[in-house]
Amino acid sequence: MDFKDTPEQAKFRKTCREWLEKNAKLKTGVEKNEFANIDFLQVAKDWQKKKYNAGWAMLHWPKEFGGIGASAIERIIWAEEESKFNVPKGIFEIGLGMAGPVMMEYATDEQKARYLPAMAEGKEIWCQLFSEPSAGSDVAGLRSKAIKDGDNWIINGQKVWTSGAHFSDYGILVVRHDPNLEKHKGMTFFFLDMKSPGIEVKPIKQITGGSSFNEVYFTDVVIPDSQRLGEVGDGWKVAITTLMNERLAVGDANGADVEDAFRWAKKQDDSGEPLINNKSVRSSIADWYCEANGLKNTKLRTMSALSRGETPGPEASITKIVSANKLQNIGAFGMDSLDMAGMLKTDDPEIQSFQNAWLGAPGLRIAGGTDEILKNIIAERVLGLPQDARADKGMPYKDIPSGNS
Amino acid sequence: MNLDFSDDQKFLQSEAKKFLEKEESVKRSRGVLEGSESFDNDLWQKIIELGWTGIRIPEEYEGLGLGHLELCVIAEELGRHLTPVPFSSSVYLFTEAVIKYGSEELKKEILPKLVTGEVVGTIAVTEDFLAPTNNNIKTEVSNELISGTKIAVPDCEAATHSIIVCKSSKGIDLRLVDLSCKEVSINQVENIDGSRGYYSIEMKQAPSLLIGDEGNGWILYESIINQAAVLFSFEQIGGSQAALDMAVNYANERYAFGKPIGSYQGIKHKLADMYVALTLAKSNSYYAAWALSSESSDLPVAAATARVSATKAYELCSKENIQTHGGNGFTWEYDCHLFYKRSKLLSLNIGSIANWKEKLISNLEQSNLN
Repeated sequence: MDFKDTPEQAKFRKTCREWLEKNAKLKTGVEKNEFANIDFLQVAKDWQKKKYNAGWAMLHWPKEFGGIGASAIERIIWAEEESKFNVPKGIFEIGLGMAGPVMMEYATDEQKARYLPAMAEGKEIWCQLFSEPSAGSDVAGLRSKAIKDGDNWIINGQKVWTSGAHFSDYGILVVRHDPNLEKHKGMTFFFLDMKSPGIEVKPIKQITGGSSFNEVYFTDVVIPDSQRLGEVGDGWKVAITTLMNERLAVGDANGADVEDAFRWAKKQDDSGEPLINNKSVRSSIADWYCEANGLKNTKLRTMSALSRGETPGPEASITKIVSANKLQNIGAFGMDSLDMAGMLKTDDPEIQSFQNAWLGAPGLRIAGGTDEILKNIIAERVLGLPQDARADKGMPYKDIPSGNS
Repeated sequence: MNLDFSDDQKFLQSEAKKFLEKEESVKRSRGVLEGSESFDNDLWQKIIELGWTGIRIPEEYEGLGLGHLELCVIAEELGRHLTPVPFSSSVYLFTEAVIKYGSEELKKEILPKLVTGEVVGTIAVTEDFLAPTNNNIKTEVSNELISGTKIAVPDCEAATHSIIVCKSSKGIDLRLVDLSCKEVSINQVENIDGSRGYYSIEMKQAPSLLIGDEGNGWILYESIINQAAVLFSFEQIGGSQAALDMAVNYANERYAFGKPIGSYQGIKHKLADMYVALTLAKSNSYYAAWALSSESSDLPVAAATARVSATKAYELCSKENIQTHGGNGFTWEYDCHLFYKRSKLLSLNIGSIANWKEKLISNLEQSNLN
């Protein structure tokens, strides 16, 4: 056992580090929101373009699409180094993490050449149009319709929880082309221009007060058949590719962590004594420390396998469940420590980080697979338990009860 | 980057697993529980023949001269198979203490005998129904002679020697006592996990030999249990995995309302929670194994982190294994209770989870996390 990079990895890390030092600022600990009150989208696009020009944007992609053909371990090394710097996040992850791999696998060569470099560069932003009002955890229950019309498809219906739809240029879309087939068999996958006539995007206000995702309505939207990804009826198979990528993309929760709770507990006085002297506080921080380091060391085990060119075990599947719940608990701890004043909005970045953690964590426990769905996945795919009995198994889609027809 | 065991270490582990399966170690654990002995001597002798008691003992003292990582993979298998032998007391605690703090003379005398099983050791610290500290030890040494009573000392039936944590004029000492001498009397005390034995040791002017520096014994003891905590963690993750596997098998086989209970989310999510706890514990134990084998200054924090995570994982996995088995899980006949009881024994053996959380936080305070 050792934690050393191989000479090649160390060299690669140094290259990443040197470029980042030249082009971004190191994190200092408690970050003020430097990106508040500015055109965040533009700042994020500028950063993405800078990375793209240097080959870092999608470093594991082939050179022709703007990558440098980096290995899995090099990709992790880059991510580790980049995470030490204060750079804009949250705009491109879905497009690059989910639409990218699907386009890479299913698009034609001409389409790849046209769309992938622009996606990597940040010139064009992509969103993912999967969930619907009556199809959340059960995504395959979706009902938006595609009807073939010559060389085109006509789309009608509604999507929901679409992150970034309001600033996206393109989207990947799964819809139902035949409600007479079983639900997993009657779907087809497309990509489309988000500026197409008939698309209406309505932001959803979240419990944080912000709006990062949307409802998207389709009224007679036309998609050329050439923008179909996979065969007619293969929609679920193609969607699964992106859902698997989503589980990798939505991983460790950003925000207040055990170091922040620990620093806060040492400093914060409560009737003259720092909180850290309180036994229950010590016990909670010990639990979070074990969770945070358990995740860190789990990641190191995954990296060890990648580093040897092996396929990692399923251990990384625990990441989101553990980190989103930890975030929620640490946020609550910070607010509780302020007693009555914990409810007050303030400019103090430390207090804000606890409040943001507490407000944002419920979303993280749901996005990209709820805690419950992820536990089903661990139980079924890792532990080998039988699938849930499905009441709609073998039924034509149109006969499945939906509770809101 | 390599937070994993080597191929040789994995091979050693798989051989250990095969051996303990062939020897029906879990069945032997039940045998001890239901019999009159407090360990399985036949299995213990076979383990000695395999050389496991001498894994870490240098070749010059007739051991195998391997490292802590080899000991970790063996510990995991002993935990998985509930092996009813005095391995943790004699190897993780006693042998490690002699290797680390014994004089050259003592090492020459005792290490070869630990390899052959002629000497088996344990460590005695607790005196009352509360956690031992450097302030509440009453057993006292004067002119090399120890008097006092220790309770909750594991594995004395097999042990020939014990390290005694005692009070001296200079503070706390670690002292070696030959348990067969006439000034020592040993009594078995019934305990909750009958597959391992607990004893009291009463000493009246028992001759003893100082280990390490006089008066410095509590620090040495802390250092010994920091090392042992990593090995206990591996034993605990082995047990957690076995309890989880048992629950998964039962959930696949047992039907209710016309389908396997493992298809219900109430059971699925319980088992997923067990997997999550076990994965955290395993990853933290791997890191602690690295810290132990590389003599990292991070060991106290890494060991406490592994210990707390592994204790939580084993307690969760063993209790929810019973729950998954329903009424059968509460019967003597099913093995669920063997894991439940062993999980508690291992979690208290070198101090409770509350103590280890406290060690973790005070070490973090000293190292100034962040």
